[in-house]
Amino acid sequence: MDYATLLQLLDTTLRFATPLLLACLAGLYSERAGVFDIGLEGKMLMAAMSSGAVAALTGSVWLGLLAAIGGSLLFALVHGVASITFRGNQLISGVALNFIASGITVLVAQSLFGQGGRTPPLTGGARSNPVILPFAEPMRDVPVIGPLYYEVISGHSPLVYLALLMVPVTWWVLYRTRFGLRLRAVGENPAAVDTAGVSVRGLRFAAVMITGVLCGVAGAYMATALQAGFGREMTAGRGYIALAALIFAKWRPWAALYACLLFGFFQALALRPDVVEGVVGVKVPVPALDALPYVLTVLVLAGFVGKAIPPRAGGEPYVKER
Amino acid sequence: MTKLPKWADVALVPLISLMLAAIVAAIVLVAIGHDPWNALKVMVDGALGSPYGWGYTLYYTTSFIFTGLAVTVAFHASLFNIGGEGQAQLGGLGVALVCLSMPWPHWTLALAAATLGAAAFGAAWAAIPAYLQARRGSHIVITTIMFNYIAAALLVYLLVDVLRPAGQMDPASARFPEGANLPALNEIPGFNLIFEKAVPANVTLFIALFMAWVVWAILWRTRLGYEIRAFGKSETAARYAGINAVRITMIAMLISGGLAGMMSINNVMGEAERLLQNSSEGAGFIGIAVALMGRNHPVGVVLAALLFGFLYQGGAELGLWTSIPIEMRIVVQGLVILFTGALDMMVRMMLGWLFSLSQSAESVGAK
Amino acid sequence: MSVSTDAGRQATAAPTAPYAIELKGISKAFGPVQANKDISIQVAKGSIHGIIGENGAGKSTLMSILYGFYKADRGEIVINGRVTAIPDSQSAIRAGIGMVFQHFKLVQNFTVLENVILGAEEGQMLAGSLAKARRVLRELAEEYELEVDPDALIEDLSVGHQQRVEILKALYRQADILILDEPTGVLTPAEADHLFRILRGLKEQGKTIILITHKLREIMEITDTVSVMRRGEMTATVKTAETSPEQLAELMVGRKVLLHVAKGPANPGATVLDVENLRVKDDQGVERLKGISLKVRAGEILGIAGVAGNGQSELLAVLGGMQAGTGHIRIKGDEIDLTGKHSNGQTRRARGIAHVPEDRQHLGLIMDFTAWENVAFGYHHAPEYQKNRLFMDNDALRADTERKMATFDVRPPIPTLAAKSFSGGNQQKIVVAREIERNPDLLLVGQPTRGVDIGAIEFIHKQIVALRDAGKAILLVSVELDEIMSLSDRIAVMFDGRIMGERDPRSTNERELGLMMAGVTDGGAA
Repeated sequence: MDYATLLQLLDTTLRFATPLLLACLAGLYSERAGVFDIGLEGKMLMAAMSSGAVAALTGSVWLGLLAAIGGSLLFALVHGVASITFRGNQLISGVALNFIASGITVLVAQSLFGQGGRTPPLTGGARSNPVILPFAEPMRDVPVIGPLYYEVISGHSPLVYLALLMVPVTWWVLYRTRFGLRLRAVGENPAAVDTAGVSVRGLRFAAVMITGVLCGVAGAYMATALQAGFGREMTAGRGYIALAALIFAKWRPWAALYACLLFGFFQALALRPDVVEGVVGVKVPVPALDALPYVLTVLVLAGFVGKAIPPRAGGEPYVKER
Repeated sequence: MTKLPKWADVALVPLISLMLAAIVAAIVLVAIGHDPWNALKVMVDGALGSPYGWGYTLYYTTSFIFTGLAVTVAFHASLFNIGGEGQAQLGGLGVALVCLSMPWPHWTLALAAATLGAAAFGAAWAAIPAYLQARRGSHIVITTIMFNYIAAALLVYLLVDVLRPAGQMDPASARFPEGANLPALNEIPGFNLIFEKAVPANVTLFIALFMAWVVWAILWRTRLGYEIRAFGKSETAARYAGINAVRITMIAMLISGGLAGMMSINNVMGEAERLLQNSSEGAGFIGIAVALMGRNHPVGVVLAALLFGFLYQGGAELGLWTSIPIEMRIVVQGLVILFTGALDMMVRMMLGWLFSLSQSAESVGAK
Repeated sequence: MSVSTDAGRQATAAPTAPYAIELKGISKAFGPVQANKDISIQVAKGSIHGIIGENGAGKSTLMSILYGFYKADRGEIVINGRVTAIPDSQSAIRAGIGMVFQHFKLVQNFTVLENVILGAEEGQMLAGSLAKARRVLRELAEEYELEVDPDALIEDLSVGHQQRVEILKALYRQADILILDEPTGVLTPAEADHLFRILRGLKEQGKTIILITHKLREIMEITDTVSVMRRGEMTATVKTAETSPEQLAELMVGRKVLLHVAKGPANPGATVLDVENLRVKDDQGVERLKGISLKVRAGEILGIAGVAGNGQSELLAVLGGMQAGTGHIRIKGDEIDLTGKHSNGQTRRARGIAHVPEDRQHLGLIMDFTAWENVAFGYHHAPEYQKNRLFMDNDALRADTERKMATFDVRPPIPTLAAKSFSGGNQQKIVVAREIERNPDLLLVGQPTRGVDIGAIEFIHKQIVALRDAGKAILLVSVELDEIMSLSDRIAVMFDGRIMGERDPRSTNERELGLMMAGVTDGGAA
């Protein structure tokens, strides 16, 4: 494998890691607050469709982004009502919302555009176009670093940089602010928060809403940057892979970044059977490469995670007791 | 909160949940410019209006009984098996391998062998997540989802590169031999008086009903079922009673996976008569809705499976006669899971409130 | 206090001697259960007021109302002469009320500082709040003997220190009224003494303290006034100096209490249980049992005393086959497998060990199962409950349950009722009936009367003694020293995973046992 191929692989890695990272950080807020969210997948899908549709109709990627956040928030709200207000089973709520998203996205896209459940291909201002970072052009000829900066780091949708920026932001919010302290507390021991006179519901709803916003961005990235438009089931299990990354990262922001880059790398590999063949030395069937991220997720869940201790109150609806 | 009478708990809560799901589905239909009333009429006509429609409805029902039972057994052990879809597809592989292995002299022999094959492959596919849950604490919800994706990839590979006969274009196995074809309801004496036209519903329906009884007997009449239910209610108490967590997790998931796999005798052997890509068509997921709607009881599962059979056949009719996309079925399925599974408490609170109202009205009347 | 102006506005105010807290006619029902019935108390400023009553008397409900956890159906709360509505905890905190719950409300993987500022932060950023809390904590520590390391994680602190964090939390929020719910249940006698010193110090600074407990000794030791609750009602409020433990006990129960269990001398036979150098590690690899050796003979009750969390639970868990360990356990001379495949509750039962677990709700019963299903729990493989090789005989099981319910006076005697529908005492009777009726060689009993009403306590004690008199070996674990003293034929004290020594209940006293429970070995000789 030559340097150019490696750079290309890394470039794809970053592009594939972005929706994973956004969804993973989204899940981090919710799960740190004690609400399991298996519905990242559905929210991303809903967001992807909303952004694809609105961007296609208005020609504005930014309106598409807003619509994505709106669509995702709607689902987050239902999840919040079911699992916080009515203390329902958080896993079942997530599964249900994933199904609803899977069906309703096609329904809406079909009734709007009549193109078999897809949105029309996006072009120009309806897409999230790459930005060239400062000094990318002049640095291009610097050996090794230049191409790395130009090919891999620069030239992505602004949403990629937003996702990367969310890592330190999330860290800072979690460990340096009052909201973060309370958020972490409510996921560990909601009774402590409640007796301290802070609303458990309020905190958890806030967390679930942040999850909605970030999933919205993730979905918008899928439909307007990674691809040019929405297609049915386009998230293809990314919400679940993001969950696996979250567990792998033990619910920590920086570790989430590394985990998502790793999973993004696996997804990038699946696109390049030739590279894999070159490195491994034998022909690997394409379906095997397709299955690779999922197999690795299972392996991660089975072994490398070690003792990943989830937030102690995770998955448990809070019931006031003496 | 007012305690609900038992009949309300068993019958009213799921019915109201279903109604709420139907109302939301109707709103969705109106929103995308369709007449829900007309849609319902098309569905009822198409699914229940003729023996032919019933032949399809019962065909789907058969599949959903299996997958609903699969989810039910796991639920009783407090395991959420979302992997029914992958297990069913692997079950289909088992059916195909058995059916293609030899020229079967009679369908009964083929059926017995294929049932075993389907159950074994489905159970094997459930065994890995079960083992990882029991031994390594890997969350079974996520591992079973991953195994659905892996199963899909595996079958693509097998159907394209291994099982596809030379010269055939579409990724599918060869056609099963004559002796492995199951009699449809219209080919069974007695039933053929009702079903005149060829229908996909076949003898597997009776196996499904029998399995519903078997699951009931296991759960409520055997020591194994006792241990599964006790383990599902409280893992720590189960340890006190000497119930082996690893063993119960494994057995419950093996039964669950086996049941999910067995649905493939209905669609792969009974209907398609060869193994196609994505043979289970989402029936594994519908099992979740069926189990929740059926209150995790085999009788409820059979009734809920019938309901979803109607929904699926009706939904297909919508696709034929209206411009409503067939994905409407998935939306309704999700809504049913949402209302029966996650918003259960909301429905109960509403009912409890109604009951307390009627009670206070009675006591006022008594004065 | 800036109360006077407000108090002037209120007709209810008593301007001369404002009480810190007055409750007037508080009532609260949970469905058909009347938890609090028309309760009124007055607590003078700067006093320690005790509230005593049995489990389920309604003490905690009352305090939860005061802390805004529940809303009273009727009645009013007057704080410092002013009628105050307390719809939530925030209002309680604003009104100057601090609460130390029986089960601490701390975030385990947070530091002490983080726990203290949680909910009382100043501004959006943490840095300032943490610095301020560090300063305040240092001051409070000096003033009230409340030293704790502000940077320690809660999970690394002892229970006594965790409780101090709870008190610090309340003081940091400038509470004037401190409510403590059963604060000594988890403390050693020495830690309890320290707590009482802290409380006296707080009282001297003018704080008002309400102490909820079911222990008469504590009431007599530290309170100025005491209110007695019984079945949701306030039966009396008296000055502590003018009452006696006997009078309080009678007020609590409504009749004379038999504090002594009637039993004859033990007639011990051959050794049934022989434990040698038993060691257990928990999931984190911490050693919880550090080489336990003990013997229990037929026809005797060995009582294990100790503060909760010193290895008693692990001892029962290993003996009952719920946890692996190393060392030796012999039953009537036969070695028992401690780590292997066959070490579980089933094989233990087969060896004649029955087990009344410490926690009936989470271990001993499946709360959603019916009574008859629970009677088979752990014995569901028993031949008499099987119809044939395949199926269980549910009819036989129901009949057996009916019989057991009659013998043990379980009310209501309905086998098809779910376990959760029975009262605590009747749930415990179901467990005890199931285990004792097996006629085991060895009975393990953990906290047999926790959360059980007096009538059931007497009954259960009698059953245990009867089993002993039938020549069976009994290992009793209890954190209630009274229970250990009155039931045991021999007493072993556990501290930090070790047996500190053995005593004869006839020749020892609570002081001596208390010292051993605190880890102070005295002389060593039994």
